[in-house]
Amino acid sequence: MRKVKRTPQVIDTSKTYDPILSDNKVWPVVKLAKNRKEFMERVIEESVRRVKKLRPNLNALIEELELTRYREKLRYKTNPWKVHPEDEVIFWNGVKSRLLDLENDEKKEKQELADQILKDIVSRYVHEITGNFKPSHYRLARRVITFGFARLLNAARIKKFGSFWRGDLTLQDKIQITGETEQLRKLAKIGTVVVVPTHFSNLDSILIGWVIHTMGLPPFIYGAGLNLFNMEIFAYFMNSLGAYKVDRRKRNLIYLQSLRTYSSMALQDGSHSLFFPGGTRSRSGKIETRLKLGLLGTAIEAQRINYEMNEEGRHNKIFIVPVVTNYNFVLEAPALIRNYLERKGQERYYMESDRYDKSGRILKFLFEFFTKGNNISVSIGKGLDLFGNYVNDEGMSIDTHGNRINTHDYFLFRGGISADAQREEEYTRMLSEVIVREYHRINRVQSSHLVAFTAFQMIRKKHKNLDLYSVLRLPLDEIEIEYEEFKKAFSKMRNRVIDLFNNGKVDMATHMTEDIDNVIDLGISNVGMYHSRRPLLKNKQGNIITQDINNMYYYHNRMDGYELEKFL
Amino acid sequence: MAMSSKNSYDKPVGVVGAGSFGSAIANILAKNTDVILYARNPLAAKKISESRKLHGLELNTRITPTNDLKFVAENCDVIFPIIPSENFPALIDDLSPFLKPYHILIHGTKGLIVSKDNWEADEEMKIAKDDVFTMSRLIREKTLAVRIGCLAGPNLAKELADNQPAATVVASHFDEVISEGQRLLRNDRFQVYGSKDLLGIELTGVLKNIIAIAAGALSGMGYGENARAMLVSRGLIEMIYLGQMLGANTQAFLGLAGIGDLVATCSSKLSRNFTVGERLGKGENLADILNSLEETAEGINTIKIITRLVKGYQLRSPITESLYKVIHGDMTIEEALRFLMKAPFSIDIDFM
Repeated sequence: MRKVKRTPQVIDTSKTYDPILSDNKVWPVVKLAKNRKEFMERVIEESVRRVKKLRPNLNALIEELELTRYREKLRYKTNPWKVHPEDEVIFWNGVKSRLLDLENDEKKEKQELADQILKDIVSRYVHEITGNFKPSHYRLARRVITFGFARLLNAARIKKFGSFWRGDLTLQDKIQITGETEQLRKLAKIGTVVVVPTHFSNLDSILIGWVIHTMGLPPFIYGAGLNLFNMEIFAYFMNSLGAYKVDRRKRNLIYLQSLRTYSSMALQDGSHSLFFPGGTRSRSGKIETRLKLGLLGTAIEAQRINYEMNEEGRHNKIFIVPVVTNYNFVLEAPALIRNYLERKGQERYYMESDRYDKSGRILKFLFEFFTKGNNISVSIGKGLDLFGNYVNDEGMSIDTHGNRINTHDYFLFRGGISADAQREEEYTRMLSEVIVREYHRINRVQSSHLVAFTAFQMIRKKHKNLDLYSVLRLPLDEIEIEYEEFKKAFSKMRNRVIDLFNNGKVDMATHMTEDIDNVIDLGISNVGMYHSRRPLLKNKQGNIITQDINNMYYYHNRMDGYELEKFL
Repeated sequence: MAMSSKNSYDKPVGVVGAGSFGSAIANILAKNTDVILYARNPLAAKKISESRKLHGLELNTRITPTNDLKFVAENCDVIFPIIPSENFPALIDDLSPFLKPYHILIHGTKGLIVSKDNWEADEEMKIAKDDVFTMSRLIREKTLAVRIGCLAGPNLAKELADNQPAATVVASHFDEVISEGQRLLRNDRFQVYGSKDLLGIELTGVLKNIIAIAAGALSGMGYGENARAMLVSRGLIEMIYLGQMLGANTQAFLGLAGIGDLVATCSSKLSRNFTVGERLGKGENLADILNSLEETAEGINTIKIITRLVKGYQLRSPITESLYKVIHGDMTIEEALRFLMKAPFSIDIDFM
């Protein structure tokens, strides 16, 4: 085995963190909740201003309103959701008749009326987006998660209902937090933190919410897909944990501006936030390589506005903290990878549906997740400024030579801070590249991912002239990898991972350096362990076989992007 | 220094590099703004200050020569580095401590850098795409400057110096860099186009030098316009393939900085690369030619880098590879021509 030149971080699961702000009255999210009305008014006013700036003349504005109404009608007709408000049809029909009436009005009144329609639409959107954070609910939800699930966990592990009330195992044993935890706590005290995790499972938001709480941080606000609010139990947790709602189907300008303004102003007010920059769950199981720039851009905008205001004593620096969740088992994996292959293979129209759409099912899901999904680790990355530079524990941006950077300078043009949307778009793109790099760097390689990767690559190599889809359609009984051969290949892959680890290009779990047969066994027994059809198994001869090659492909994808296959 | 504009914020603009192209650009800028012109050699800077002349060219009174990079960075928000690529890494090392995120850098260097040490001596060493740096990538990775652009187009220094009509392209990912470049450079004899394709525009300027050497060689061998036209059009296609390999789009190659620059440099004795090719075509030896040149011919270095690079990728670049053999002494220029005429590429356009 290759020499390991640095020590993989050993996780101390007994570590506890004191809350950084013990008085919850000063939590930014509590302040936001308290001034909810006033905050929404500001967001509405600002969103209206922004839309009008983009559609400065009356005809363009009316056209935008027409388009919005049309698209909204299409949305609620073709894809009605439980979470839709009851007056949806009434509201948009009202907009329709008001727009029709406009035709007959005088020019001067026309502008006023159009402005009012715009304001009503924005106001509706902002009310929908705004979270309903209540500190009391937060405490309860938090207790349910930490207490309830820990108990469930015990019960399931020890297989006796009586053990439900015993406290042998805690959630913290199961969910391991690694990486720059202390720095994150410090940064949350000095400035505003935006946590940007990878997104593999529907459980991510609750998982990260738990991590944030366990680390002693005040609650973060985050954009959660409106579809999750279709399920009551999720809706309850989400609302309690400070979620605001994001409806990815609404792509009209007015909605997007309202959402962006909401996020930007909450950040300006110092609310720590959480974005899943990949947008939706990774369908392929790959770590995100292309991020959605919309919400990320609001952080850059908020930073610029903070510098423009430059108020004394204001917590005005915004930090980005990448986070990677490492699962050995993703319950939704089979559905996700099927969806991915369908989309990629045939580009055929696909209607998003969620298997877990009933609260009963979701409870079962949660139970399975917390009882079956064996250890999950969450890697906290180094803090970054919005321009991709690392920051130190005092929040100062530091360049590669170790010098301090005045980030204010990124917004200067001809001597003063200037607002340049195109420049900020470019900065957002640059930042997203750095976040992707950091994801790959802090990704904690588990044996489960590497056995899947090795096996799948060996199969691909053996069937060189088949394309991906043909490989995935190979008859399962034709797939059998001789163990010694597999071991040789796995050893090469592990050496390459150690090289990358030594160079700081990836992280790895402590178990990776153990005796190779043990590492392989651990990997095989953990990878997708509770799928009804296992991605990897050993047969009687000890050779490697599979029950579902799509699942194997899914877990294999986790190690995509490191060019490991070149070393096979 | 004369500060004579109506604009309240009126810092001078820096030009780093007092070669023929650098001084021509400094003179063009001086029509619109005060300029600080950096020369690496302190004696040269002093001489320029005293004589107010450079490469036989009268310097505009708004140009202040200097030998102090810190002075340039502290006084200028916009800097045009225009120096040979071989000196670029050293310049970046020296300039980098003074560069801030507000600086705008628009370079005019048409060459490439290989980030591996000793690659020229060690011919077995593999060169991958990631090892090859354009100047903008070098600036981006080695300094705090982010607002980076480049300058490329048919801009023969001598003709610019004579105030003949011409046009150029400023490329950057940032609109503000493009518009700032346009504002500073544009005058009634000099048109400035903008492009968002930074990499594409950089590569057109870099790759055309290879073709210019080949065109010079044909001319040196005494061949006429048919031969030149053949080379220019086949050369453009080779440039496009190389550009695509390096991650650029095709569009840039069809514009002013692509075809435009190719036509200018492949027809003019004012181009150093063309001249090198011409003398090769007349049978001179490369070492002698390079020794007698006052300034760098970037094309020679580019040929070496590209030839080594394409080895690792499945791509043919017959013009570049034959020129490499010629400058390496493995082929005569006649043999290279014969080889190209026999090359089995019979499809005219297959890149669109």
